[in-house]
Amino acid sequence: MAQMTMIQAITHALDLELARDERVLVFGEDVGKNGGVFRATEGLQQKYGPNRVFDTPLAESGIIGLANGLAIQGFRPVPEIQFFGFVFEAFDQIAGQLARTRYRTGGRYTAPVTIRSPFGGGVHTPEMHADSLEGLFVQTPGIKVVIPSTPYDAKGLLLSAIRDPDPVVFLEHMKLYRSFRQEVPEDDYTIPLGVANVVREGKHATVIAYGAMVHVALKAAEQWSKEKGLEAEVIDLRTVNPIDIDTIVASIKKTNRAIVVQEAQRSAGAAAEIVAQINENAIYYLEAPVLRATPPDTVYPFGMIEDEWLPTPEYVLKTLNQVMSL
Amino acid sequence: MLSQVVARFEIPYVQIVDENGNVVNPDLVPNLSDDDLRELMKRMVFTRIWDQRAVRLSRQGRLGFYAPVSGQEASMIGSEFATNKDDFLLPGYRDIPQLYFHGYPLHQLFLYSRGHQLGGQVPEGVHCMVPQIIIGAQIVQAAGVGLAFKLRGEKRVAVTYTGDGGTSQGDFYEGMNFAGAMNLPVVFFVQNNQYAISVPRELQTRAQTLAQKAIAAGIPGVQVDGMDVLAVYQVVHEALERARNGEGPTMIEAVTFRYGPHTMSGDDPTRYRTKDVQEEWEKKDPLIRFRKYLEDKGLWSQQEEEAYIEEAKETVNNALKEADAAEKMNIPGLIDSMFEELTPTLKRQRAEFAGEEAN
Repeated sequence: MAQMTMIQAITHALDLELARDERVLVFGEDVGKNGGVFRATEGLQQKYGPNRVFDTPLAESGIIGLANGLAIQGFRPVPEIQFFGFVFEAFDQIAGQLARTRYRTGGRYTAPVTIRSPFGGGVHTPEMHADSLEGLFVQTPGIKVVIPSTPYDAKGLLLSAIRDPDPVVFLEHMKLYRSFRQEVPEDDYTIPLGVANVVREGKHATVIAYGAMVHVALKAAEQWSKEKGLEAEVIDLRTVNPIDIDTIVASIKKTNRAIVVQEAQRSAGAAAEIVAQINENAIYYLEAPVLRATPPDTVYPFGMIEDEWLPTPEYVLKTLNQVMSL
Repeated sequence: MLSQVVARFEIPYVQIVDENGNVVNPDLVPNLSDDDLRELMKRMVFTRIWDQRAVRLSRQGRLGFYAPVSGQEASMIGSEFATNKDDFLLPGYRDIPQLYFHGYPLHQLFLYSRGHQLGGQVPEGVHCMVPQIIIGAQIVQAAGVGLAFKLRGEKRVAVTYTGDGGTSQGDFYEGMNFAGAMNLPVVFFVQNNQYAISVPRELQTRAQTLAQKAIAAGIPGVQVDGMDVLAVYQVVHEALERARNGEGPTMIEAVTFRYGPHTMSGDDPTRYRTKDVQEEWEKKDPLIRFRKYLEDKGLWSQQEEEAYIEEAKETVNNALKEADAAEKMNIPGLIDSMFEELTPTLKRQRAEFAGEEAN
């Protein structure tokens, strides 16, 4: 066992999988000699050589197109999009191409590609670096979307993603890269995709979150307990496509109230889908409407008001109090 | 004088057989057997017959999506004929003849046209991707296929097709640039048929040739008479040899013309090109000139062509019957093809759409 940050856990997972499966290739902008702008691929080119871990020209559509061609030839590409805000450049190659390979060819070709990408706010990046765009891929059939919130989960989920026979978008929240360390076993373990994790038990309300918002939700839950003596159950979704509705419903049966905390803007994203699925599967267990604690429907702001825009523990606390009052 | 020339580039143009069937470039005549030469003619005749049949079937509502190919036979047939069976084709939507001659069953191509999923199920041992609809998306994927061949040390080449419109896409440059930077075995084959639906070639780019777009990616660009099947064969053959020898990618612009509409979905070419233009191109017809070339060599006769046309018609009819017999598709089957293992969400939706009780 070793103490690792999330970025170390990710590098470690890539290392294990490059060693285990020679079909795995890691590539993107600056991932070779430089080890990635966040050092996620640190030392991997030296260890596995430039045929397995390599830099590409600077073009996102080209990078995912390359992955596409490699995948239909039997490789397991793990391309990196340097910041997820750049994904628009590659949108056709992901949503129009990778996600449809299995369908389009009647299963003759598949696309076991894991697209890794840093995303998320609070680290004062320039524009187009910090956006939470997972909702676009929640609406893309044929793609799974995975968002870890801890170093332990990051390793287990990334190994599952790379081994998955279908395309996975694997989003790494930048603020979590080095924010804390955790015990991460050095051996091979996986966490199944599509299975949420109850990270705090409680009986008064359910808080559904993913990525960095899990930690915001946990802080709010501790505060709620201290201030009101009420206990929130916090669910870390871990995968936002598909959504583990069974875990959510089981929790709501116990708490009868729920809120969703999401870093992305409010409308039509993962939170909206969660609320819709709760409506279909658990409405009779609810004492109050499901509320959303999210930023407004604006573009992701420039750095000066970023911290005000992102959901805070105070905002989550306010939303918890609101859902209890209804 | 402060300025100096730091680099110079040239774009060769290749023609071997002219409009009258005369050899204008004897040094470049490919080393093909008489049987191969006859086979090239047969394939072009087959393609013309099939295209005429497909256009009629479309008008009768018996096909779905169809993009006519007449006029482009030399570009299509000559380029595919130069490939090995294990070279990998990444076609655009008009490149159906290349797929057929690369081994794709004809009835599946009809099913593809009709929007049946079986149409896209590439058989084992046939090395190609299904036709691409998003213009240029296949170009970047071709670099990936080429990289796979290079990493495995296989002497195989990815051959990808697009049109004059496709060269305006960012993916076109990205694909060539990746293949150039990584020195990959890829041939980029552009069929410049003069119109992207209705937009003429001169509105796509100020570049004098499309072939010169290769220069920016640091790879050779060649322009070829796309109505001359021997010239097309020869330039593709050379590009494939280069790729197999580890010398990297090539981009080829075949200058050609489509006689018919863009697709059978309502396009009317009289809105954007004159009869004169059409007639000018018909004089360059690939079948007429190659027929003359073969007749001069004593390798082809009208009698032979007529017999072959009957054979081609029968092949097309049989494939159509086979396509008609395909099982109908259904929604649960569609859901099954989204993932290797359905997610719980899709399992529930599958049950719902199959009319079953969800768990």
